[in-house]
Amino acid sequence: MSVVNKVRINARTITDKEFFYGHKACAGCGGSLAVRHILKVLGERTFTVLPAGCMSAVGFNFPQLCFDSNAIISTFAGTASMMSGIAAGARALGLKDYHVVGIAGDGGTADIGLQALSGAIDRREKVIYICYDNEAYMNTGIQKSGLTPFGARTTTTPAGENIKGTVTTKKNMFEIVAAHGIDYAATASVGYIQDFINKIQKASEVDGTSYIHVYAPCPTGWGTETDVTIDLAKEVVDTGLWVLAEYEQGEFRLNRNPKSFAPVENYVRRQGRFKHLEDEDIAAIVHARDAKWEQIRNSWKLK
Amino acid sequence: MNRPALRKYVNPQYLSDLPEGPCYDAGHLVTVNAGWRTRKPVLDSEACTGCYICYMNCPEGVIFKSDGKVDIDYDFCKGCGICGNGCPKDAIVMIREGEA
Repeated sequence: MSVVNKVRINARTITDKEFFYGHKACAGCGGSLAVRHILKVLGERTFTVLPAGCMSAVGFNFPQLCFDSNAIISTFAGTASMMSGIAAGARALGLKDYHVVGIAGDGGTADIGLQALSGAIDRREKVIYICYDNEAYMNTGIQKSGLTPFGARTTTTPAGENIKGTVTTKKNMFEIVAAHGIDYAATASVGYIQDFINKIQKASEVDGTSYIHVYAPCPTGWGTETDVTIDLAKEVVDTGLWVLAEYEQGEFRLNRNPKSFAPVENYVRRQGRFKHLEDEDIAAIVHARDAKWEQIRNSWKLK
Repeated sequence: MNRPALRKYVNPQYLSDLPEGPCYDAGHLVTVNAGWRTRKPVLDSEACTGCYICYMNCPEGVIFKSDGKVDIDYDFCKGCGICGNGCPKDAIVMIREGEA
């Protein structure tokens, strides 16, 4: 991946400044790690929009304010419309050298905020929309969202004798967004943090709308230990259940094309939300994965 | 300091003590998170090679660079253990809070 006219940001060159500090997210939160790096990469001159969700709930607790750059809470459905408004305001004021970023959860992106996001992409607003995907409405108490995967137990899709948790599958937000003909879209995972940083940096240089979908484990909602967040976020990519890819200039490009996948069983069995799944359910997950990868390898550009 | 500093909260006495908007300035921190911890990361500076994996993976941002190695801001560490789990040199170990 090429980054033009700028120092490539990595562990040694990234700013020492922290813009998301002292927040009240649960220990081991993947979403807050994503927010931390987004703000570090984009820098001080960034307008951040957060809809209702974990990151606004843990960042703004009067009198505590954990964002050290300009941040505002939007309506749940209005992340992308508020970003559009800020971008218009900044243009009218003649501001230079700034970024407008929206950081929404999976529910705020795939369900509630989808319409506003679609409109912003359609208008080619110069904004960066980032969805941190923890696969349910965690802030309100782990309800199923449009991005909850098959088989996951949530409070609105409990696992019982007849129905084993979520019966639907994840919406494919990446391809939904790409279908708009967006300028830049990418998927990432907090388990591959350098890849994520590269993509944020690339998005910041795009003249138009960009969208990044970052996979961010939630120990509280997923029923896992707090110290395995990064391991899970790596493993989901290695198992092939989450694909690292980019979309630009009308083409999909796969960033990682593993020769063989890590076993899905290990990934699933270590999470409380999948505890009730039986071998045949895991086989169904593997089957769906293989079908998706076949389609990807046949039609996307392989790196 | 590259992180927002902790400040003392003074109860407002007059209306003019309150901020004009629904919040104070950016980075207005008045409470710590140290009380959340049941486990605490302990760093062995000798073993640390300064790879910064823990620095990059800390969701709180409480691990900071110091003389080519790292150090920990215990005021805001929640003790999740990601740093200890990911350290390739085992330079960070998690101990029970209250021990040592």
